[in-house]
Amino acid sequence: MIAESLAPTEPTDVAAAPPGAHLPDGKDHPFQDIAVRCVGLEKRFGPIEVVRGVDLDAERGRLLALLGPSGCGKTTTLRLMAGLETLDAGTVEIAGRLVAGPGRDEPPERRRVGMVFQDYALFPHLSVARNVAFGLARRHETKRRMREVLDLVGLADFAERMPHELSGGQQQRVALARALAPNPAVVLLDEPFSNLDPELRLTVRREVRQILADAGATAILVTHDQEEALSLADRIAVMWDGRIIQTANPEELYHRPVDRRVAAFVGDAQFLPGEARGRRVDTVLGPLPLAGQAEGAVDVLLRPETIRLALAPEADPTNAQVTNREFFGHHQSLTVQLDAGGALRARLGSYGGIRRGDRVQVSVRGAVLAFPRATQPDNSA
Amino acid sequence: MATTGSQPSPTDLLPLSGRGTLGVGFPARWRRGRRLPPFVIWAPALIVVLLMAMPLVYLVLRASEAGSDVWRLVFRERTATVFRNTAWLAATVATASAIIAVPLAWLTTRTDLPLRRFWATVATLPLVIPSYVGALTIIAALGPRGLVQESLAGPLGIERLPSIYGFPGAWLTLTLFTFPYVFLSVRTALVGLDPALEEASRCLGRGSWRTFFGCVLPQLRPAIATGALLSALYTISDFGVVTLLRYDVFTRAVYVQYRSSFDRSLAAALALLLVLFAIVLLLAEAAIRGRSVYHRSGAGTARRQRAIHLGRWRWPALAFCGAVLALSLLLPLAVLLYWLARGLSGGAGADRLWSSISHSITAGGLAALAAAIAALPVAVLAVRFRGRLSAAMERATYLGYALPGIVIALAFVFVGANYLTPLYQTLGLLIVAYVVRFLPQAVGAERLSLLQVSPRLEEAARTLGRSSLGAIVAVTLPLARPGMLAGAALVFLTVMKELPITLLLSPIGFDTLATDIWSATGSGSFAEAAVPALTLIAISALPTVLASVRGGRSIDRPALPSAPAMRQ
Repeated sequence: MIAESLAPTEPTDVAAAPPGAHLPDGKDHPFQDIAVRCVGLEKRFGPIEVVRGVDLDAERGRLLALLGPSGCGKTTTLRLMAGLETLDAGTVEIAGRLVAGPGRDEPPERRRVGMVFQDYALFPHLSVARNVAFGLARRHETKRRMREVLDLVGLADFAERMPHELSGGQQQRVALARALAPNPAVVLLDEPFSNLDPELRLTVRREVRQILADAGATAILVTHDQEEALSLADRIAVMWDGRIIQTANPEELYHRPVDRRVAAFVGDAQFLPGEARGRRVDTVLGPLPLAGQAEGAVDVLLRPETIRLALAPEADPTNAQVTNREFFGHHQSLTVQLDAGGALRARLGSYGGIRRGDRVQVSVRGAVLAFPRATQPDNSA
Repeated sequence: MATTGSQPSPTDLLPLSGRGTLGVGFPARWRRGRRLPPFVIWAPALIVVLLMAMPLVYLVLRASEAGSDVWRLVFRERTATVFRNTAWLAATVATASAIIAVPLAWLTTRTDLPLRRFWATVATLPLVIPSYVGALTIIAALGPRGLVQESLAGPLGIERLPSIYGFPGAWLTLTLFTFPYVFLSVRTALVGLDPALEEASRCLGRGSWRTFFGCVLPQLRPAIATGALLSALYTISDFGVVTLLRYDVFTRAVYVQYRSSFDRSLAAALALLLVLFAIVLLLAEAAIRGRSVYHRSGAGTARRQRAIHLGRWRWPALAFCGAVLALSLLLPLAVLLYWLARGLSGGAGADRLWSSISHSITAGGLAALAAAIAALPVAVLAVRFRGRLSAAMERATYLGYALPGIVIALAFVFVGANYLTPLYQTLGLLIVAYVVRFLPQAVGAERLSLLQVSPRLEEAARTLGRSSLGAIVAVTLPLARPGMLAGAALVFLTVMKELPITLLLSPIGFDTLATDIWSATGSGSFAEAAVPALTLIAISALPTVLASVRGGRSIDRPALPSAPAMRQ
């Protein structure tokens, strides 16, 4: 059984996280380190299967992002964990205790989950203080705990305000404080930043990350924004069409996506046809070193920032011409037309004198990833 | 990846496949799963629904007792006349209401008519005059020996006016006091119309008239239809006007049958025919309303539209508004004040007035409280535990709209006199009958206010440790309180004005304002009716005043839409 203390635990050694564990394979971890374990979750609404067998482990004290396009079932998965929807199949364990499964369906109030809703769902008829104290038992420590949590989110001076008197970012923090107050085993955040305007979003994200870390809380964050997931999460589970198709830490997810869908979803992806021969692949850019091994017709993943361009006088022979250039300030994006056919985008730093119409030589930095040539159409939910 | 887990059984899906008229859209994520509503919610809801069904079930049983007599009655010549009269009256009242209401609504929303807000308020005010009071004033003004005839008799020597009794009087009265239903419905639609459509029409070269007929009016059609159907529904349910003006329609026939004959099965059969008529109108209204969703403009605040310049047309428009005001408000008030003055000089009993007022308030208050409490489980069930069963239960309560007061009164008289003799002619049974009649108003208001409380709030309370019922009590009810109060207030006011149930079921000696007016009119002593009538109008006008006061300070919560709420 998990210890009662959810007060700041020793942060787990980040280096100890096993890299490259694509499957949520709980057996690798000590039992107590799993705050939430979902096995084979299924949920359908009428004839539509929304969640089709989701396995997910959330490690204690860390932030797991559930990333996927809208309509992929990620919010439903979150609500299944919270007990706001009823499972059709599978099990949910929270803090080592079975809360949902065959013959068992604990109501949300007994699951020890804190939830931050997309629209915050602050009780409009209660002050900030009473919102935060809502989940606390009526004991005299209530007030102390309420103060403590409001301090944590930096809103101690706002206790007597009403929710509608707060800014969006402040409301967000109240929602978080309210969810954290009863010391939940896990905090579930459902698209918590989507209601904020873009400038505010970055700051609030940072704040939320810091608050969760200070509280030592385990959190599961649902988002469709890959940048949000990559920058915030310790670990990311990519959900597609009701299933988890990859679970990895952010760097791994970005650099080693399991398939084309993930590759395109988590970043800017372009694919170059090639013929794989063991540890290298032949393309119109010449032979490229392969990360891993493959044989036969493949598509090579090229992220714009891995593409190098060299200008004509120094580079000879050239193999492409720049057809477009967009300058964004902190970087620039160039489109080149390959002589052998096909176009590529390259992402370069702010400096460099390449202009539209220049002849360039295109090369690729580092080893590349290749996927079997796509035959099935990419269908999204 | 992982494919563990068993197939869900078909029964798991049952509650989710229920599609309410509103819940067709998929996937409503918050639609509840299999969790059953708590006992303390569904058990009272069931009792309320059974109570609602009681009058109808009883009438069916009673009518079937008469056996073949029923068919004789149904196919009798007089029944056909009554049916024809009812249909004719409903159709003409609805049409005339639309003819008055559509121009009024358009003038007050789209043009530069002077005093637009004033006219818009004035156009809804006839609703505060109970229609039988309206009938009374029409008789007092236009009837034989009425004010108009008297004033004409002197200088011009006119002894007889065309008779106001029968169809003309009933039609005129009901039109004057039900056109606001159409007005409210059309005005709401006009305000909600996307101005971009009209702008597009103007940009495509159509003038303001052609835009109105080619672009605005077609979009208003559902609103006009629902408003007209409401006014028709009111017309066929009305008891006071047609009885006072002696026009032979169903409500009057039911009453006459009940008064004059021993065999009350026949009254029950007639009442059933009337209910059938009402159900048809109600279903038509629901069908049209269901399809008219596209009338709502998209999210965001609607831009103010440029008002159409009336120019010289301003004067006929003002004359039209003034005529409506004069006939539907000034005339009744003037007549009542005239009789009040005459009655005061004659000296009317103030004691009697006070006892009637207190009786009216007692009955209204108890009924409002009872209806608000009875409506709560049904509304919670319908909003928070959606499914086939709860939708059916909610819809069963709307049956009250299809049960004219006289029908409910009759059913309760039968049941009270035969089975519940100790309860017969008690305040208790009167209140129960009121609740059956006006529950839909309370359910409607509570449902609306519950819908405005996001289910997320309840879910947040659940994740913070409250049980399903606890979350409703701690979060939903406090937030829904304004709507519940509004519903209760509405029931209170309509009960005060209610006539047939009060007439037939009041305990002996329990005189209310409504029964005072009725008995005074029956004996032709308008002076006695004036005081209770004016009191009733003053009390009914109160919420309009309160609403305009409240409107100023409701910052964080949108006010309830008034159109469905005004419905009786």
